[in-house]
Amino acid sequence: MTNLRLNGGTRAVDADPAMPLLWALRDLLGLTGTKYGCGIGACGACTVHLNGQAVRSCITAIGDVGDQEITTIEGLSPDGSHPVQRAWAADNVPQCGYCQAGQIMQVAALLKETPKPTDQQITDTMSGNICRCGTYQRIRTAIKAAAEMGA
Amino acid sequence: MTRIENLSRRSVLKSLGGISGLVLGFNVPFRSFPIAAAAAAEGTAFSPNVYLSIDSSGLVTIVDHRSEMGTGIKTGLPMVLADEMRADWSRIKVVQADADVKYGDQNTDGSRSMRQFYQPFREAGAMARQLLEEAAATIWRVDPATCQAQNHAVVHQPTGRHLGFGDLVTVAAALPIPSADHMQLRFMPASARRYVGKPLPTVDLADILCGRATYGIDMVVPGMKHASIERCPVYGGHARSFDATAALAVPGVENIVELPATPIPSGFNPLGGIAVIASNTWSAQQGRQKLKIEWDDGPNAGYDTTAYRAELEATAARPGRAVRVEGDVADALHSAAHRISADYFVPHYAHASMEVPTAVAHVAADHCEVWAPTQNPQGARTVVAQALGFGEDQVTLHVTLLGGGFGRKSKPDYIAEAALLSQKIGVPIKLTWSREDDMQHDYYHAIAAQHLEAGLDASGQTVAWLHRTVFPPIESTFQPDVTYGGAGELQQGVVDMPYAIPNVRCENGPAANHVRIGWYRSVFNIPHAFAVCSFADELAAAAGRDPLDYLRELLGEPRDIDLRALGVDYPNYGASLDVYPIDTGRMRAVLDLVAKNSGWGEKLPPRQGRGIAVHRSFLTYVAVVAQVAVGSDGQVGVPRIDMAVDCGLVINPDRVRAQMEGAAIMAISNALYSNISAKQGRIEQANFDTYQVARIDAVPDTRVYLVEGDAPPAGVGEPGVPPTAPAICNAIFAATGKRVRTLPVDPQQLKV
Repeated sequence: MTNLRLNGGTRAVDADPAMPLLWALRDLLGLTGTKYGCGIGACGACTVHLNGQAVRSCITAIGDVGDQEITTIEGLSPDGSHPVQRAWAADNVPQCGYCQAGQIMQVAALLKETPKPTDQQITDTMSGNICRCGTYQRIRTAIKAAAEMGA
Repeated sequence: MTRIENLSRRSVLKSLGGISGLVLGFNVPFRSFPIAAAAAAEGTAFSPNVYLSIDSSGLVTIVDHRSEMGTGIKTGLPMVLADEMRADWSRIKVVQADADVKYGDQNTDGSRSMRQFYQPFREAGAMARQLLEEAAATIWRVDPATCQAQNHAVVHQPTGRHLGFGDLVTVAAALPIPSADHMQLRFMPASARRYVGKPLPTVDLADILCGRATYGIDMVVPGMKHASIERCPVYGGHARSFDATAALAVPGVENIVELPATPIPSGFNPLGGIAVIASNTWSAQQGRQKLKIEWDDGPNAGYDTTAYRAELEATAARPGRAVRVEGDVADALHSAAHRISADYFVPHYAHASMEVPTAVAHVAADHCEVWAPTQNPQGARTVVAQALGFGEDQVTLHVTLLGGGFGRKSKPDYIAEAALLSQKIGVPIKLTWSREDDMQHDYYHAIAAQHLEAGLDASGQTVAWLHRTVFPPIESTFQPDVTYGGAGELQQGVVDMPYAIPNVRCENGPAANHVRIGWYRSVFNIPHAFAVCSFADELAAAAGRDPLDYLRELLGEPRDIDLRALGVDYPNYGASLDVYPIDTGRMRAVLDLVAKNSGWGEKLPPRQGRGIAVHRSFLTYVAVVAQVAVGSDGQVGVPRIDMAVDCGLVINPDRVRAQMEGAAIMAISNALYSNISAKQGRIEQANFDTYQVARIDAVPDTRVYLVEGDAPPAGVGEPGVPPTAPAICNAIFAATGKRVRTLPVDPQQLKV
């Protein structure tokens, strides 16, 4: 049994400690906002926070999480009011929307660490998140808007 | 179910006069009204047709029957309906339709949702509005002509009395629903539009941003098990034998099921393989790795894309079947003052939608319920029913949001897999493809080789055009021994060549398939626009002319190109040529619009350049100017893309812009990064580490210019893709003097 500190609470998971956090969240804990995209940490769709840091949950074993606080898209804000979510809404960023939870979590972590990122910092940080619909231009704009809001 | 009979036209409707004009005249949706009948009996809701219902609280529920994969159609079609019925957008709920023929065509491909359903949704809205006005008139005992709907209520014009839509539901629901030929509809003038033409946010936006939106992969059904399937790495192969002992020992693994291989061509049917059923996705994937399978690779074991390319090019070097002929190309080429030729190549691509193929199925003895992200709900239901040996009425198919589609999710093989597994095991099954499954068992974009020749006269005018295209056709995925392209494929940038050239010959050569070939966003427009728009640039260079000037000249005087008069088999994307002609005037207009805004002709630093291309696809005209910067290492950056778009009437300009921005990115992937290759029948790429797609570092400053007009609505999802790659490659020529004729671009060739 693995105890996980998750979105402000604690959840027990009965699974192999080697199971990636992604599948524990999705299949065992019913939190499907975090998405599967590649399983090898190459696309960013599964991004969550561990103690505020963005990690790829598809290559993070639940046994390695320890007592770090996990935040998923469901726990980022109670009502979608996080500045990143608001900036995303204002610019209508999503198309299919599938990758956007991962994008938003990646940006939220970036802005916590670097409140006013440069273009190069945005590129470097966000290059790990694929959007096959191609919403990158709006992602870039929305990151800057969120930074202005003081994310 | 009660069917409302063909009731006599009510006097109030008679008072509208005339029998000419638009009436409810299209097929299924307005012929029978089971929902309306049921609702009227309960008195709780008013459903004048299959696309909407109104409850007594005033909530208007609009049914979107087309699949939402990111284009915004689930917002766009309801905007049309809401506008026409004068509803208040904030009191509208949009629901996704199940697969059902009562909605009409649901196959969401070919960029045709708005083209096909703009008018039906207008008519649905107008009908609802007129019936609500009639209900108010009945309540007030006044002339319905004095009652007008506005902002979710009906107002009696002389007195200012008003009743909300919800207050009218009971009376409206008791009114007879007029049949197709019994109601003359009045449409709102363009000036009264409150939503059409405005940039509205998508209806699922808030859910997406909070992680609440439900895609196929998110569906949960009580008691469901998770499946992962190991398939033969070669198309057409099958398992000779397998040993599942070790797989069954993996914790969480509960069952192993062999799915028989479908003989090739396998069409929409499952490829077959060995399925691992487990209590969660990860265990199923782990179990799969422990399977020991001996494959018979079958007839495609030798497929090698390098050798195959040489085959295609050899075929393209020989005369093929003529598909458009004007004048005498051989003679004109022979007597031309200057002759040029070029060969172009485009590889296979994989769709790689971020949500992998996935479905949930629950099969009982005599009924199957399926939840799936599908572009083709009715087609999927048919395939599932056939796979199970059920009648179609025994299959209920719910459509979820799609995490991207791009044509992959037009094919329901993965849905049939889930259904077959559930039937065999007897519990609900969620099947989730791995990314490796997705990339190695896709319905790939066709690999294509093309040979072009042209002759210029002494003044530099192009007088002869020869275009030969060779590719494995999509039909080869469904029928054996199909090697020549169909009219629906050759219409995509071959026979519709728009340049005013007196001698034209378009040909198609045969190519056998070795993998599943399928529709991939903009389909055969990708290779054909790449060749045709690149070759136009080569002609300009040969004539020593500015590419824009020369392209304008090639397009010639504004005219409609009548391919019928030339005896060409030209389906025009299923639309009438009279309503949607090939109009070179609109082509030139987008060209001029993009040139004006893009800084065309302005000087750029060394190793930078602009390229231009224009193409009509899916009845929409798109011109692109790409600006590139080529590093000394040969790496190509695309700092800016300008796109001018004429897609007829624009419903939601923000979504049209978004589709163009996304199309530019997909085209950049096609042009610079993506490549699917095969060796010994096996696809060499498996995931995003080996199959490259554009990431945020590649994003250009993309500027989209929309032509405003009232031409009938045309395609939006796909037409931005085709002209973008050739514009980029033409820009590379402007920057470096080197021609790119093979995609993706090889930086080695562009090194200093």
